[in-house]
Amino acid sequence: MFKKLLAWVDARFPLTETWEAHLSKYYAPKNFNFWYFFGSLALLVLVLQILTGLFLAMNYKPDAGLAFASVEYIMRDVPGGWFLRYMHSTGASAFFIVVYLHMFRGLIYGSYKNPRELLWLIGMLIYVVLMATAFMGYLLPWGQMSFWGAQVIVNLFGAIPGIGPDLALWIRGDYVVSDATLNRFFALHFFLPVIILPALVFVHIVALHRVGSNNPDGVEIKKKKDENGVPLDGIPFHPYYTVKDIVGVGVFLILFFAVVFFMPEMFGRFLEHDNFVPANPLKTPEHIAPVWYFTPFYTVLRAVPDPFLGVVGMGAAVGILFLLPWIDRNPIKSWRYRSKLHKFSIFYFVFAFLWLGWLGMQTVTPLNAELGVRFAETYFLFFYVLWVYSRQRSKGFYLFAFALAMGLIVVYDLIRVQTLDPGIVWPALLIPGIYLAVCLLGPIVAPRLNEEKPVPERVTA
Amino acid sequence: MKRLLAIILCVLPLGVMASSGHMALDKADVDLTNKASLQRGFKYFVNYCLSCHSAGYARYNRVGRDLGIPDKILLENVIFIRDKKNEQLKPGDLMKVTMSDDYAKDAFGTEPPDLTLVARVRGADWLYTYLRSFYLDPSRPFGVNNTVFPNVGMPHVLWELQGWQALRESHAHGEDEGHDEGAAEEGGHEGPAQLVLVKQGVQSPAEYDQTVRDIVNFLVYLGEPVKLKRQTIGLFVILFLVLFSVLAYFLKKEYWKDVH
Repeated sequence: MFKKLLAWVDARFPLTETWEAHLSKYYAPKNFNFWYFFGSLALLVLVLQILTGLFLAMNYKPDAGLAFASVEYIMRDVPGGWFLRYMHSTGASAFFIVVYLHMFRGLIYGSYKNPRELLWLIGMLIYVVLMATAFMGYLLPWGQMSFWGAQVIVNLFGAIPGIGPDLALWIRGDYVVSDATLNRFFALHFFLPVIILPALVFVHIVALHRVGSNNPDGVEIKKKKDENGVPLDGIPFHPYYTVKDIVGVGVFLILFFAVVFFMPEMFGRFLEHDNFVPANPLKTPEHIAPVWYFTPFYTVLRAVPDPFLGVVGMGAAVGILFLLPWIDRNPIKSWRYRSKLHKFSIFYFVFAFLWLGWLGMQTVTPLNAELGVRFAETYFLFFYVLWVYSRQRSKGFYLFAFALAMGLIVVYDLIRVQTLDPGIVWPALLIPGIYLAVCLLGPIVAPRLNEEKPVPERVTA
Repeated sequence: MKRLLAIILCVLPLGVMASSGHMALDKADVDLTNKASLQRGFKYFVNYCLSCHSAGYARYNRVGRDLGIPDKILLENVIFIRDKKNEQLKPGDLMKVTMSDDYAKDAFGTEPPDLTLVARVRGADWLYTYLRSFYLDPSRPFGVNNTVFPNVGMPHVLWELQGWQALRESHAHGEDEGHDEGAAEEGGHEGPAQLVLVKQGVQSPAEYDQTVRDIVNFLVYLGEPVKLKRQTIGLFVILFLVLFSVLAYFLKKEYWKDVH
């Protein structure tokens, strides 16, 4: 009976074919580790966000006069409303945590390299749309931070020469963030994640299944196949990785619901304290901080004195990630077989990124501002070093690369230091200085640390 | 070892984040499970706060349900406020006030903020310290100032309970003009330790502390009525998910037996 029905469907729709191509006969490397959970988890969070968002939208009012009260109505009067709201607000942060870890996986195992450049680009597009979605969603509770955060970010567009002011006006639909802004952000906050994101995710997965998954060894499993054309190191995605991902889902949900039920505000990081005050266009808060997932880029913005160049810097910090496949030309994919210095470089990059994130939440003091400049420099230097590491270079090349980067930084410092405290500027030079010295002088001083290892033919255990 | 060091270096800024505190506040030590305290807090709140401040996102009968107060008692002893037609509000109504914004502005210089979410904005410790930090200051319109919130527009509403405090000398910088609420958070705080009781009210200092604790307890409840409930539900959810994950893990192990 079931077989007959399936045959009937298969004659009209490629059901069995699709199932086999993407699940039961899609061969994934057998050596996926911890870092490979976050793709499926990102998909899970997207679904949770769409579902909770749908039910929130049934009770939310996108009206500047009613929005704040409607959120409290959801929290108090709608049965289970608090649960939907906390899942959605926690889900936003969880989405970024999962996506950042997913991107980090790509970074350490070289998942953006040939033949996966397009896969990486689509992923980056998802990330940008995700940021836009989160930004617009954050306006909807219409609290003080919603309002002033949106005000600050939209004003950034106003810094673009020529079209800036008109562009900002066009985005807001008013001269300040207002009811018109709230209405359109609500519309876009539905459109982007419900239509655009799933479409991009679909394309992301189609692109992945064309080239096949990378793995912690960075070995192409398609190069070694048995007589049936099945990769020797591959196992069918279903059931092997479906059952494995379910374990990941379980552990993720434990952490997720621990936040939802026990610390939904996450000490003011997921739900900022000031956002429990209704938006007031006449009262600027002392300290406007974006939500944590934007703060690394916000620090880059603040690190540049000129507003327009700051916007360019912030855009470049995101944009440079798009170029990763063409910056890192090293044929070895996984960091397992790359030099110790490369590993150090990645750790230092993470260190700088976390510092940028923390600094973005703080008020600007001379010290914080200087640290912001230094870690922003380090952030961009990482890509420079990555390019230098594309292949083994001569000692002279490393020396020149070091002198060039340090020279540019010091020249910029000499200009800057005239208006700043030299006692802060010069010691802080150590932050990018140590990084560059280890990464670019290291190969000269300790060539052993710059040695790469042979990549195995097959994946290791 | 190197990896460990790297992890420590990466996590370091997060540790700094957790330890960066604001001003020193007294611990409120509220207990949401203490229903008697919540009921007392509600009583004080309705009597002392709810004539100028609203709690406009909360309903009387929701508080009644959560705190075990029937509608009849709410109508007889709690709901003093009347609507524009001079009819008593109903238990299902929001806790709004009748004072107009314009009148409030004339009287206090600013509109008294809605208090529904004040505990989520300020935190329990801030409220607990604030309500115990009023002191006599003839330069202010109501004759009182506050060390936690310098030059606040609010009078010392609870004076008949607490009595009057005075600032010990040599701590005069709290009276600087131009001190606003932001400056207080920057470190202008001196705390009740700097204050001395010059005339006791009907309550002893210990009783007054308890009264304030009850009010703050109620405000914490009011900020998020579902807090206790979500924690109880959360326990069962986590318990279920732990079981689920263990089973899922064994299922995975079974399936992966033949992968070498």
